[in-house]
Amino acid sequence: MSWDEFIVTGDPFILAAQISIVITTIVIVFGLTYFKKWGYLWNEWITTVDHRKIGIMYIIAAILMLFRGGVDALMMRTQLATPNMQFLDAQNYNEIFTTHGTIMIIFMAMPFLIGLMNVAVPLQIGARDLAFPFLNSLSFWTFFMGAMLFNLSFVIGGSPDAGWSAYMPLASNDLSPGPGQNFYLLGLQLSGIGTLATGINFIVTILRMRTKGMTLMRMPMFTWTALITSVIIIFAFPILTVALAMQTFDRLWDTAFFTLQDGGMPMLWANLFWLWGHPEVYIVILPAFGIFSEIISTFARKRLFGYTAMVISIVAISGLSFVVWVHHFFTMGAGAMVNSVFSITTMAIAVPTGVKIFNWLATLHKGKIRFSVPMIWTLGFIPNFTIGGVTGVMLAMAAADYQYHNTYFLVSHFHYVLIAGTVFSCFAGLIYWYPKMFGHKLNERIGRWVFWIFMIGFNITFFPQYFLGLDGMPRRVYTYIPEEGWFSLNFISTIGAFMMGIGFALLIYNIYYSFRYEQRETTGDSWNGRTLEWSTSSAIPPHYNFAKLPKVSGQDAFWEMKQLGEDTNEIKQYEKIHMPNNSANPFVMSVFLFIASFELVFPMVDYCDFRVDWNTCMYDSKVVY
Amino acid sequence: MAEKSMSKSHFPWKHIFGYIMSIVLTAVALLIALYSNFAVRTIVILIFSLAFVQAALQLLMFMHMTESSNGKIQAGSMLFAAFIAIVVALGSYWVLEFGIHLNHHE
Amino acid sequence: MKFEPEEVKISENTPLEYQSQSGRFNILGFWIFLGAEVALFSTLFGTYFVLINRTASAVQPQELIDLGLVLMMTLVLLTCSFTCGLAVHEMRLNQKKRMIGWLAVTITLGAVFLGLEIYEFVHYVSEGATLSASAYWSSFFLLLGTHGLHVAIGIIWFIFIIIQVVMRDLNTISASKVFIGSLYWHFLDVVWIFIFTGVYLLRLVI
Repeated sequence: MSWDEFIVTGDPFILAAQISIVITTIVIVFGLTYFKKWGYLWNEWITTVDHRKIGIMYIIAAILMLFRGGVDALMMRTQLATPNMQFLDAQNYNEIFTTHGTIMIIFMAMPFLIGLMNVAVPLQIGARDLAFPFLNSLSFWTFFMGAMLFNLSFVIGGSPDAGWSAYMPLASNDLSPGPGQNFYLLGLQLSGIGTLATGINFIVTILRMRTKGMTLMRMPMFTWTALITSVIIIFAFPILTVALAMQTFDRLWDTAFFTLQDGGMPMLWANLFWLWGHPEVYIVILPAFGIFSEIISTFARKRLFGYTAMVISIVAISGLSFVVWVHHFFTMGAGAMVNSVFSITTMAIAVPTGVKIFNWLATLHKGKIRFSVPMIWTLGFIPNFTIGGVTGVMLAMAAADYQYHNTYFLVSHFHYVLIAGTVFSCFAGLIYWYPKMFGHKLNERIGRWVFWIFMIGFNITFFPQYFLGLDGMPRRVYTYIPEEGWFSLNFISTIGAFMMGIGFALLIYNIYYSFRYEQRETTGDSWNGRTLEWSTSSAIPPHYNFAKLPKVSGQDAFWEMKQLGEDTNEIKQYEKIHMPNNSANPFVMSVFLFIASFELVFPMVDYCDFRVDWNTCMYDSKVVY
Repeated sequence: MAEKSMSKSHFPWKHIFGYIMSIVLTAVALLIALYSNFAVRTIVILIFSLAFVQAALQLLMFMHMTESSNGKIQAGSMLFAAFIAIVVALGSYWVLEFGIHLNHHE
Repeated sequence: MKFEPEEVKISENTPLEYQSQSGRFNILGFWIFLGAEVALFSTLFGTYFVLINRTASAVQPQELIDLGLVLMMTLVLLTCSFTCGLAVHEMRLNQKKRMIGWLAVTITLGAVFLGLEIYEFVHYVSEGATLSASAYWSSFFLLLGTHGLHVAIGIIWFIFIIIQVVMRDLNTISASKVFIGSLYWHFLDVVWIFIFTGVYLLRLVI
């Protein structure tokens, strides 16, 4: 194999990306050396096992991925702004919508929410850390290495181009030659390990490390959703693991699972992908519901309405989410019986979701509402998400789905639930818990601008797409002709997309601005909060979280303590606290997994020199452990 | 709860019972598959039911699923896993079965 | 609700593996991991069932299956699950040497099982039933191969555990490792029960 097959060449965009990657790397290395921060980076972050720091690293990685996926989105919208646009060619467009989808779901939404879970859950249940801090660090680093492996495809070897759902036989060797699809398979596999470990970690933590008096039915709603999300992760991710392994086998070792010859069945891939993929949707939406529940009850200054109904509905969702997967491929033609059953289960899942919407509205009713920035994101979420939910019920009708399937109607539907649900909640949660992470709030005035620009931009982008879909515009087309009459709505949509881009940029500016100028918090209770994370002795909780573990006697534990005038941080007797040590092993192990996976990406090529080197490295690593 | 599960006698009755039962159940399933005259559907249901019983025996007799303070969580996790197993294996077969008929049973 | 926050009473009768908090956490975490393993194997089973008639032009499975060999493998695996249970039983009676003895028997039987499975695979491949022969054989080898790989990992894992017990004696940490290893081993037997039923017996029926 020659050098130019290895590194992608001949495309001005990618050349620019390569140059910027090199420059950024040099700047980072120089900066770290100049300011003598290598030790700080290694000791305080890379080897840390502290849940709050790991959470922050998750969130930083997720924001980087949001930037990457967002740039992909803007490039797609630019290409579609006018008919016969020449901005991207078909191949580039295919690669970009593939990476956009994969990155946004796997490397943005999930890590962002897992990051917030890491920051908030141990504090909410009055624990000093997660049950397995070492495993938590390993989770983060395998996720991070998986994400880096996937992103590397852009400049080395070529990006995957078979869509984020990677349907067979499109993703097979014949139709997707080259290593691009292998990057997808191995990147997801690697980060999947971390996700599974996170699931185990949170289940054991939440079930076994709650402080005294914190019974299950007194847990904050975000902790409940974290628990149920973890359960879904445990049972859904192994399905993806197997499906990815089978596609890898098909591509690398010539098996016949999804092939067209030798009895293979391409739709088996779709079946397994969505068996994981639909629970995955709930993995990224349940924690969002949890965040909104916390924010609504805090800023309406009321206890959450219908707590028990809320818990029952999320538990119901955990079961139902596994029995709706066929609605992603009704048009396969599985017959009236199969399609009807899955149509009904899909509509059934709207019921617990509807229950939650009404519970939030009832919580707001007669509340003393403060319109702080986290709250306006939440209030924006309710109507926007409902639009997405209602169009989802439309799509759930199998007969009607034959009309909507693979059109922009669908694209608009899932962006309405994933942006108005997940992305809004990520922003709201970030702003809400920001003082817990960094000791100061984000500026409110800029925050309001961010909300309005992003929310209006979001509606301008995606509302027209419903009508484009009804007009027959299929998804994943890289261009269209003027006669089809899709120009004006597409152009409006592109304007909205750039508004969202501006909103995001302003959010990043706000982080910088607030770091420089915003007032530092003096107490741990930034928002007059109701749950235990606000009861810590300082804004940024100490490494051990609580010097004395709090005792809980009801829901909204901290609120109750404040009403009774108890001081949770009053210490009469010091106790010994044992905290785990830092460890470099998770990072080192993940680096080796990264190298091993990278090796599989280029299977059939001759690069013996590399191989020998890496094998010696791998051998050395065994000595270390 | 953990104390109760400590077998009082030193002789491993529980394990021997589990072992004999698993061999008996295997043999019964084999006999049904080889020599019975039931309809195919009945045989399939019978042998899979026996497999589930045998799996439950392993979980209870050898793996001490319900012991310790974690017993309920462990049992709940396995029950949900059984639900998922049925959904994934049987569900996939049901959804994609039509394809098999299309191609193989003319 | 049922689950109160953890307040575990530890007495002298509590088995060693539950005496430390990390032991209890690891055991619970491993049970949850086993839940994930169930999902993993049920996906492999689902694939196998879906592809069960898709043998294309490759050799038919009913021409190859040797029921005697399969029964032998089943007996070996059932027995080593039993001996592994005995090892944990002895551990709880604090009989370290007997525990190691039963573990050694378990490992040996596991190796015998693995040998038989490799023999079976080699035989199939020599008859033309390779990994890429047809969709059916791909799913067959992936399902059984994943189980066999688990057994191999289990053997290596147990060897390391025995070394640790010999070197550091039975304590709360090593006892929980033995117990977790035994959970893993019994679980592989559970999977085999379904392989025996779903792969081999089903072939005799349909």
